[in-house]
Amino acid sequence: MSIKFKAEKVDVFYNEKQAINNISLNIEKNMITALIGPSGCGKSTFLRCLNRMNDVIDSCKITGNILLDNEDIYGPNIDPVDLRARVGMVFQKPNPFPKTIFENIAYGPRIHGLASNNKELREIVFNSLEKAGLIDEVKDRLDDQATGLSGGQQQRVCIARAIAVSPEVILMDEPCSALDPIATAKIEELMNEISQSYTIVIVTHSMQQAARVSKKTAFFHLGELIEYGDTDKIFTKPKNQKTLDYITGRFG
Amino acid sequence: MFSLPLSFVFIILLCVSLFFYYYSKRTIVEKASSIGKKAKTLPVYYGQNAFLWSFFPACIFLIFLTVSGPNYIDQIFFSKIQDLNPKFNSSFIDLILSKVINVANGKIETDDQKIIVLANDYLSAFEKFYFYRGLGAVLCCALLGLIVTARQKPSVNARDQVQFFMVSIFFISALIAILTTAAIIFSLFFESLRFFNLYNVFDFIFGLHWSPNVAIRTDQVASEGSFGMIPVLLGTLLISFIAMCVAIPIGLYSAIYLAEFAPSKVRDYIKPTLEILAGIPTVVYGYFAALTAAPFLRDIGAFVGLDVSSESALAAGLVMGIMIIPFISSLSDDVIRAVPQSLRDGSMGLGATKAETVYRVIIPAAFPGLVGSILLAVSRAIGETMIVVMAAGLSAKLTVNPLESVTTVTVQIVSLLTGDTEFDNIKTLSAFGLGISLFFFTLILNIIALTVSRRLAENYD
Ligand SMILES: Nc1ncnc2c1ncn2[C@@H]1O[C@H](COP(=O)(O)OP(=O)(O)OP(=O)(O)O)[C@@H](O)[C@H]1O
Ligand SMILES: [Mg+2]
Repeated sequence: MSIKFKAEKVDVFYNEKQAINNISLNIEKNMITALIGPSGCGKSTFLRCLNRMNDVIDSCKITGNILLDNEDIYGPNIDPVDLRARVGMVFQKPNPFPKTIFENIAYGPRIHGLASNNKELREIVFNSLEKAGLIDEVKDRLDDQATGLSGGQQQRVCIARAIAVSPEVILMDEPCSALDPIATAKIEELMNEISQSYTIVIVTHSMQQAARVSKKTAFFHLGELIEYGDTDKIFTKPKNQKTLDYITGRFG
Repeated sequence: MFSLPLSFVFIILLCVSLFFYYYSKRTIVEKASSIGKKAKTLPVYYGQNAFLWSFFPACIFLIFLTVSGPNYIDQIFFSKIQDLNPKFNSSFIDLILSKVINVANGKIETDDQKIIVLANDYLSAFEKFYFYRGLGAVLCCALLGLIVTARQKPSVNARDQVQFFMVSIFFISALIAILTTAAIIFSLFFESLRFFNLYNVFDFIFGLHWSPNVAIRTDQVASEGSFGMIPVLLGTLLISFIAMCVAIPIGLYSAIYLAEFAPSKVRDYIKPTLEILAGIPTVVYGYFAALTAAPFLRDIGAFVGLDVSSESALAAGLVMGIMIIPFISSLSDDVIRAVPQSLRDGSMGLGATKAETVYRVIIPAAFPGLVGSILLAVSRAIGETMIVVMAAGLSAKLTVNPLESVTTVTVQIVSLLTGDTEFDNIKTLSAFGLGISLFFFTLILNIIALTVSRRLAENYD
């Protein structure tokens, strides 16, 4: 297994407040990695470091190294805009653009010039919708507003939108927290299907979800990485007492 | 007699209603316990209900009396004077009445005994009126309070009643806003009808010549007067167009900079500054236009060999544009910032640059609001008078050359109606013709803009 992301001694500060403390973590290629931990422990913060979405926040300062394919993503040769095209992101709340479904998916390919003509663009859109398992539901209404879809469909549009840019990595921050069990099941199935060709990092509050979808799990607590390993091991024989307490629901 | 000033009555009303507030609150608890049940809602709502239903109707009653009372008293005295001498005609009676009123108020003195008697009567009538007005309002308040309190049952949901009362007040406020607007439009409409009785509508709308100088007295020698509004309307359009050419790009771009790119420190200073700029009276811009911009433009014109008139549409339009910039940028800034952060994150997360995010996601999402802010700005430009009077002149020329002096609809209305005017000749009435055309013009503009923006709107939630 090759390593996609290599985080080394990462610290993150919001102004004076430290949100992430000395985290080192390797994320493997074409595999689903889950980040779990109680609220406020820095999961989102860490995730947003991986595609430099934290750059947008003025008060956020990051130290340490994060290597993507052995290249420092905070190094001088990396443009955060290019990086985000390689490392896509799906957010907690579905956030489709107030455009048609087609335009939502075509957004990324358009700005990155991935299609040289309309036919290619349509192909990309259809493929992405297909991969996101949405094609049957929306193929007749590609010109409808994406904001008119159900929450679960909107979230899958967002996933399709991320896929359309052909990223290497997809980061998902609690992608199912606004969805019902059926929509959640669909998205989990989708993640399983695409995990052969994409590296996926998912933040989740649902232990069951982490156990179901991920190969590896990292447990965060108060900005520190407490335990990281195979999901099976973490959920059956955790080494650390805190991990055990958390997965058995003894603290939250 | 004891006279009650308005503020005093008001305080009494407040006290009485407050009394009923507490009284209702108490009684409802007792009533509820006497039948062994709990009141449907918290006692506080029964109190509020009693307060609202006693205080506000009494206030409205008080205001009604205050507005209509003096009129009524004047009428009584009018007939009194008429009874004294049935031969007086009504304008003469009006004269006497105003004399009486002035004597009563101590503004003038007289030794005409009859008038002094009347004036004294008049004063005491007012005293009585003030007294009964106060008494009536307080009684009304107390009575309503009693009725509401007595009728309150623990089984009735007072919370709903309070809500109903509030909704009624909101509704009435909305109604007043709409009705007054309608009334203004109606009066404008009928006045302009009077004008169109004297002057052909088509000649007015399509006429190419505007020279409103007519003989006001019959012995005056003057031209026929011609009222074609095209040159005036063209002047408005020309100046507004120049103003928007300046204001829309600068206003929008500065709004985008402020909302999306400016560091928060910079924003903290610029935003209030913009709001201050938007509050500068237009007359100040007016003399900036007349004393600085216009001569400057003329000098530049002379330098490059163009003949720029000392009062030019260009000067007025440019300064008007500058005046409007803070409007557009302040409003648009609010609109752009109202676009949810999640859309920005979504776009950035796909590898879009900030600029791409702005013009592909933010601006389309904010579009209806942006159109709204521009529309407000256009209305201001069309309605703006001061700058034009001072910097663009009064001559109604049929031209689209921005270097010449032009006039606008509002400026013409002002110049037609200032000074001593009688509202019975065609010259002054033509102002209403201009007024109503301006009204329809802006109305159509608004409708078009609203339809367009609705068509292009991208709704987010
Ligand atoms: N923009 C910000 N400015 C300042 N502090 C922040 C900001 N975002 C996060 N924090 C702080 O950083 C810490 C970690 O936040 P983070 O959002 O990463 O937690 P999380 O693990 O994702 O929590 P949750 O599960 O509730 O989403 C928290 O204490 C939070 O208050
Ligand atoms: Mg989070």
